[in-house]
Amino acid sequence: MQESAFLLGQVFNGVSVASLFVLAALGLALSFGLMRVINMAQGEMLMLGGYLAYMTLAVVPGPLGILVALPVAFLGAALLGAVLEFTVIHRLSARPLDTLLATWGVSLILQQAARNLFGAIGVQVIAPTWLDHTVSVATGPLAGLDLPDTRIFILFVAALVLGAIALLLNKTRLGLYVRAVNQDRPVAAAMGVNARLIDLLVFSLGTGVAGLAGVILALLGPVTPTVGQSYIVPAFLVVILGGLGSIVGTTIASLVVGLFTALIEIFVDVSVAQVLLLVFVIVFIQFRPQGIITLRSRALEG
Amino acid sequence: MNLKKLGLGAALLAGTALTLVAPAPAQADGTVKVGVLQSLSGTMAISEVPLENAELLAIDQLNAKGGVLGKQIAPVIEDGASDPSTFAQKATKLIEEDKVVTVFGGWTSSSRKAMLPVIQRLHGLLWYPVQFEGNECSPNIMYSGAQPNQQALPAFTWAEQKGYKKIFLLGSDYVYPRTANLILKKHIAHDGLTLSGEEYVPLGGTDFSSIVAKIEQSKPDIIINTLNGDSNVSFFKQMAAAGMTPDKLPVMSFSIAEPEAQAMGPKLLAGSFTSWNYFQSLPGPTNADFVAAYKAKFGASSVVDDPMVHGYVDVMEWAAAVKKAGTFDPKAVRDAAVALGFKDSPLGKVKFAPNQSMVQTGYIGELQPDGQFKIIWSSPGPIEPQPYDPLTFPGKSCAAHTTF
Repeated sequence: MQESAFLLGQVFNGVSVASLFVLAALGLALSFGLMRVINMAQGEMLMLGGYLAYMTLAVVPGPLGILVALPVAFLGAALLGAVLEFTVIHRLSARPLDTLLATWGVSLILQQAARNLFGAIGVQVIAPTWLDHTVSVATGPLAGLDLPDTRIFILFVAALVLGAIALLLNKTRLGLYVRAVNQDRPVAAAMGVNARLIDLLVFSLGTGVAGLAGVILALLGPVTPTVGQSYIVPAFLVVILGGLGSIVGTTIASLVVGLFTALIEIFVDVSVAQVLLLVFVIVFIQFRPQGIITLRSRALEG
Repeated sequence: MNLKKLGLGAALLAGTALTLVAPAPAQADGTVKVGVLQSLSGTMAISEVPLENAELLAIDQLNAKGGVLGKQIAPVIEDGASDPSTFAQKATKLIEEDKVVTVFGGWTSSSRKAMLPVIQRLHGLLWYPVQFEGNECSPNIMYSGAQPNQQALPAFTWAEQKGYKKIFLLGSDYVYPRTANLILKKHIAHDGLTLSGEEYVPLGGTDFSSIVAKIEQSKPDIIINTLNGDSNVSFFKQMAAAGMTPDKLPVMSFSIAEPEAQAMGPKLLAGSFTSWNYFQSLPGPTNADFVAAYKAKFGASSVVDDPMVHGYVDVMEWAAAVKKAGTFDPKAVRDAAVALGFKDSPLGKVKFAPNQSMVQTGYIGELQPDGQFKIIWSSPGPIEPQPYDPLTFPGKSCAAHTTF
């Protein structure tokens, strides 16, 4: 393989990893911006998405199972998110820091539930055959470049979800309400926006998107009770780097994290790359503690 | 906190006091206690519960034949909880409070390293059943799992004989893969082969995109894989997505045995190779009897693997050594165990060498679609264990112990 093909392959890998991070982190960023809630159980929404994909494929085998699994996982995780918001987070809304502990507890409960239901070993989701190919470049300056279909599929899903959420937030009346509550909750409420309902909707949207990420994750690795744990740390890293509450910031930060690790991994191994990534983020927030994009929000001031 | 520290201090004091007292090996009521210390909870439980089952099966079989020295064996079962400090605590408890005559247990190197000072201080005897990185030589531990020259090096020899010249090393980032690869690199350089690459991912790592790209770029003849646990699934999935299935690019794995193959799906791993001292598919009546007994007790769909059989053989070797020594005294049992000579076992003919590691044959298996391994190569005979690889750690060796 030529150097240029290898380099381009790594850029592609970086973007592919970034697309997973953005789906995992989006809900965290949104719910923090709106409610100042840090949802430690976000990783378990990924896990739930993975198990829902596994169950969907058991009911709907065949090539289109994975396409059915996507909406199922979205709705399932969104529903659980809504229940979580209604029963735990909403009730602790006056004490945002306590949600950290409460959602961590929820995360442990969900992990153990998965362990009891499906066993500790984990389950397998086999990618459908139409995702079993690679796009290969045989000649020219990029000879040897291989782009696996699964990773192209992941990029496609992430782009679709980001586009849909951007449209929702910027072009619909619901999006207007969300932005209004985000900027100034009391004033928005005084104008007749049902801030309570907006909280619920945004939170479940965030967990639903994490559920989607879980389906995608299942194509790349095993679905285990602890699968969410390996994505929650990078997701928080992305949120911190991107600036709390901003979708654009989250997207840019995901790309930065994904590309940084993929490109640095050309020179060092994965363990060292993770160390360097943390060093990079620590240095970055020394100079820009508010993250890449700063959102103007009363909730985040003071 | 202070109370806890006080308690710990008291326990330590009690420990030192107890060592001065001669151990009371057997109970008056005709039973003798042995400790069984595996992780029954936490991440390692998946692997260690079946190992514990195999150890208890051996104890049951011995008791059915009248026990040892006329005494029934009473196992005291403790949970190491996948946590090294718990292993150390429970080992202390087993020897000091329960007065067990020996302990069977441990899986991870960190659990063994945590138990080692306890076992040495209390003059106990630990039987450790899992392959490991060597570089350790305690007078109070019987190491039945493979030393590097009984698993890693046979795999290397096999790859060399197959004509593979370019080797790619991939592992999880902890002591075993790092040490195994250190030894392999020395042998690769010594034999004039090429090291295509050496990569580590954190334990539990799931993203292999860069590693797959590096493998594609460096075009190795074979990958030697020391990844642990779930990372293997991610690795094989992402390799398959890139068109590099095990039948196209051979992968030699050191931590995939029958249960892992069953859990990860034989389809994903079919055609990959692994190196062990035991496979369930080994021929011979002793192994057939063992597999049948295990299935009769723990279910027809259960599978057995190398560490489980080592746990089983450890108990049997202990019983034979006790009979030979005529006492349960740990030192006498150890001295008898290294002088037993070859005995038939599910593994084939094995014995403990004077350095307290097991003399055993190395096998290479190829994973079949049914989840079992086809044995495609074996070492010319049983391999003498070498805790220190002479090429990598010249001048270090592990001779017979006189101390205890």
